[in-house]
Order: sequence, then structure tokens, then C-alpha cells
Amino acid sequence: MESLVDVNVYLSRWPFRRLPDDDTPELVARLKAHGIEQAWAGSFDALLHRDVGGVNLRLADECRRHGAGRLLPIGAVNPRLPDWEEDVRRCDEEYRMPGLRLHPNYHGYKLDDPAVERLFDIAVERKLIVQIAVTMEDDRTQHPLVQVPHVDCQPLVEHAGRRPELRLLLLNAFRSLRVDQLEKLADVPNIAFDVAMLEGLGGISRLAKVVGIKRVLLGSYAPFFALESALLKLDESPLAGFERVAGGGGNARALLKR
Amino acid sequence: MKNVRFDRRTALAGSALAVWSLAQSQSGSDAANQPERDEIWDLHTHLSGVPGKTPVERAGQLLEYADRLHIDRLCIYMGMPWSREPKPDDLKRENDQILEVLARYPDRFLGFAYVSGAHPEASLAEVERLIADGPMVGIKLWIDRHCREEAFDPLIERVAALKAAIFQHTWFRTPGSPDPTPPGESTPDDLVALARRHPQVPLICGHTGGTWELGIRAVRSTPTISIDLAGSDPTAGIVEMAVRELGAERIIYGSDAGGRSFASQLAKVYSADLPTRERRLVLAGNLRRMLAPILQSKGMRV
Repeated sequence: MESLVDVNVYLSRWPFRRLPDDDTPELVARLKAHGIEQAWAGSFDALLHRDVGGVNLRLADECRRHGAGRLLPIGAVNPRLPDWEEDVRRCDEEYRMPGLRLHPNYHGYKLDDPAVERLFDIAVERKLIVQIAVTMEDDRTQHPLVQVPHVDCQPLVEHAGRRPELRLLLLNAFRSLRVDQLEKLADVPNIAFDVAMLEGLGGISRLAKVVGIKRVLLGSYAPFFALESALLKLDESPLAGFERVAGGGGNARALLKR
Repeated sequence: MKNVRFDRRTALAGSALAVWSLAQSQSGSDAANQPERDEIWDLHTHLSGVPGKTPVERAGQLLEYADRLHIDRLCIYMGMPWSREPKPDDLKRENDQILEVLARYPDRFLGFAYVSGAHPEASLAEVERLIADGPMVGIKLWIDRHCREEAFDPLIERVAALKAAIFQHTWFRTPGSPDPTPPGESTPDDLVALARRHPQVPLICGHTGGTWELGIRAVRSTPTISIDLAGSDPTAGIVEMAVRELGAERIIYGSDAGGRSFASQLAKVYSADLPTRERRLVLAGNLRRMLAPILQSKGMRV
């Protein structure tokens, strides 16, 4: 039996509608029912709230109280906020979070911003994984008053290339990026990808051919997306047993241990 | 999420069977005495985006992936490459490619003729060639002309007389989106206008208008319109809202493969907390009911 790890779930409320599993116990029940032993959880509150310290405090508390040992909190950081470095310190030292989740598009900065360089350096020093949420929603369906562009990931080639210890994980990347057009991103070994927004037939196999199976991680983007989408993609692709184990959870566990 | 139980599902974690089994357990006691596996008919597939050099090769690839997710029959339309503003020759070329697929895989694929309100006479000729005198069982209308225009009426009347399915692509795009609306792209509102001129004719609202919270509302008061779940992100809650507002009888599963994944689109249905009867209507029953008269008239398996 595979040991499944979902690297891309969110807690709290999506700002524009209620979602079927946006109460944490319900999300945890679905994770458990599908045999997902661990899920890396960020917070939807991080998109628009300025009190990121409060967001991360509630996230850590929610994971502890309702996670049943399955939820691993991933803190939010907005390097445009005053004293954002303190948010990183709290995530690491107080909440023992293994990583940070960035939303550059919702927070209004590009990845070539000097603050991002500083943030990546701190992440390396503290051995924190950095997740970047590239897209949250199809841009054709966004609320007309809140139209948020995709994150341009190309600056990561240089950032990650200069910091081989940096562990970068792109979430929801494949609405703006095409698997067959990853180009230089595919050449940077410390950038990994989740499968939440992979579309087309056999997406996991196609992605693995481009970047190698060790850089492909199961991510559902639940509860915004149906959790079952990522799981069924494991079946849709013709994966060898070891590939299934790696993509389903092995790679995520390895990323945590490094 | 309600009534989650733990049994052999957990030993099959991550498999299609496990996902199906979980949906089954959520359905409660009405699952008793039902066939072991859901039958699945996919309303919406294409050759585009599928590996392979020929239409038949691509269709074979589609089936390879469909089989991995236990999809029984697939409606297919439009060829390779496809034309966003097709001329009559383009329609014929693309439809001929689908005929090749139907000849090779008659038990698995159901063909819809690609036609256009911009070319009503040529489209009527294609309907005669492909549906009245050929193996196809529906039409596909895409993005080159708003379907509210009266130019569509003779086409709709003829297709309805043949009891073939009528599928219209629709989207509600957020104004200002970087992926702008093609000039002839219909919205669900356009389809409602068409339905009001043809109140007895069943119509299918492709993609549920993409922005499905709007699309469902737009067609709600027009009971002859069913919705197609295909071709949008696997956002949780689409099926739940559709069942609440339209009833399960007006919802049809489709994928939009090969542009989309069968997996992501099936997940919309399997994630929903539906009774077995309703889930099976969505996965196959509603489409089978819609196509049964024409399938029977052609002597095809229902």
C-alpha cells in the first residue's frame, strides 16, 4: 500500500464561495478516507489578510486541534509586509513548521524582487521548504473585482540555481506553464512540482518524463479542487510501482527529510 | 463529508477503485442491489491534445486512458487540427476524421457532427450525410456564431426531428480576463434564448458556462437545457450546486479530453456526496436517456 502525502491543501475559507470541505474536520475525514497520511496545509486567509501573524497562529492551532496528526502546517509569509522576517521566525521556531507558502500574485510582488532573494536566503539558513502558489483560480472565472495574474516563475531558475540547498515546490503551476514548455525550469533540480493543475491525458507520466519522477509530488489543492482529482491522476498515468510510490508520497517525505 | 467508513478502500488508497468505493459508501443504503461498478459515458472528448499521428491512433490512445478509469463509451467530435472559424470544407474534413474513428471503434465512440451556424446550408448537408444517413448521433456547435441568432433555427429543427443530441459550447468569461472571449462564443444566456424559440428541444449547455455558479443560474428556469460538466478546473462543489438548483436529471458528465484529464473531470462527480441513483444518472444515465431514441433507430447498442 502506498503511503500518500498531499503537499497542497488549504484550511479556512476561500473568499468567494463556501467549499464542501472548508471545515477542517470534514477535510481531515476525506483525507483519512482516501488513505492520505499527511497533508501540508496552508491557509486561504493568507491571500488577503494583512495580519499574517494571526493567520499562521490560527493555522498552527487548527492543525493541532483538528488535524488528527495528518495536517502539517505551512506558514504564510508576505515579504511586502513590515517585519516579515519575524513571521518566518515564528513559523520556524514557535510553530515548528517545515516550510513556507508564498502567494506573490495576491501579495503584489514579482519573484525578481530583492526581498525574495532575502527570503530564500533565510529559508536556506533555516532549512525551510518554500512553496509557491502559482495560480489559485482559472483567470476566466475570477471575481471581476479581484483579477489576479499568474506568478511568473522564470526568475526561479536563477534563484534556485544559485542556491542548490533551497527546496522549492511549485503548486498549481500548470495553468500558466505547459509541461512541454518548462524549458529552464526543468533543468533546475531543486525545483519540484505538484500535480493539482496538471491536465491532459496521463499528466503525471508526461511531467515525469520532463523533470524526472523524483520532482513530481501529489498535491490536490483540496478543498478548492476535488481531492479525488489528484488521486485519480495516479491511476490515469501508466506508472510503474516505484513511480507511484514516489509520486504518491515518497518524494514529499524525502523533501521533508533533507 | 458524511458517513465515511473504513474498509478495503484504505488498502486501495489512491486507486480509481478506491475513489469509486468511497463514493459508493457515501451513498448509503441505496447502493444495495446495484451493479458492482458505475457505468460511465463521457459526453465530451476530442482528438486534439491526444498523442498520435492519425485520428484512429489518437482514438486508440483516448481509449487506453479511458479504460484505466473505467469509462465505457465516449462521445467524440471535431478533428485535428481543429478550426475555430470553420469553412464548410473544414467541417467536412474534421467530420470525416470522426467517421474514421467510428468505423474503427463502433462500440466505444459515439460521433457528433461538427456544424456551424455561420454555414447553415453546409451544416444541414452535414447533418443529412452524417446523422440522417450516417452513424452520428448528435451535433457540436462551437464558437464562431452566437447561438441565439435565428440562422440556427433550421438546423435545430432538423436535428431535433432526427432525435439527435444538440451540444453548444458556452462560457461566461470574466470581463478583462487575459484569455478574451472569442467574438462568436456563446454564453448560457444565448443558449436560453435559443431554447425559448425551440421549447420542446433538449439542448446541452457545454462547460456549464465555465463560470458554473453563473451558468447554473442562467439555465435554471429552462428545463429543456442540461449541463455538461466538462472542461473546467475540478472545482469542488459544482455538482452539489447543480443538483440543488437543477436536479440530477439535468447534469451530464463529460471530460473534454484530451485537453483535459479524465481524472480531473470524473473527480467532480466522485467528490460529490450523492446517492448512488443520482451519481449514476450523472455518469451515464442522463446521456443514455437522451441518446436512446436515436441509438435505437439506428440499431445501435443503448
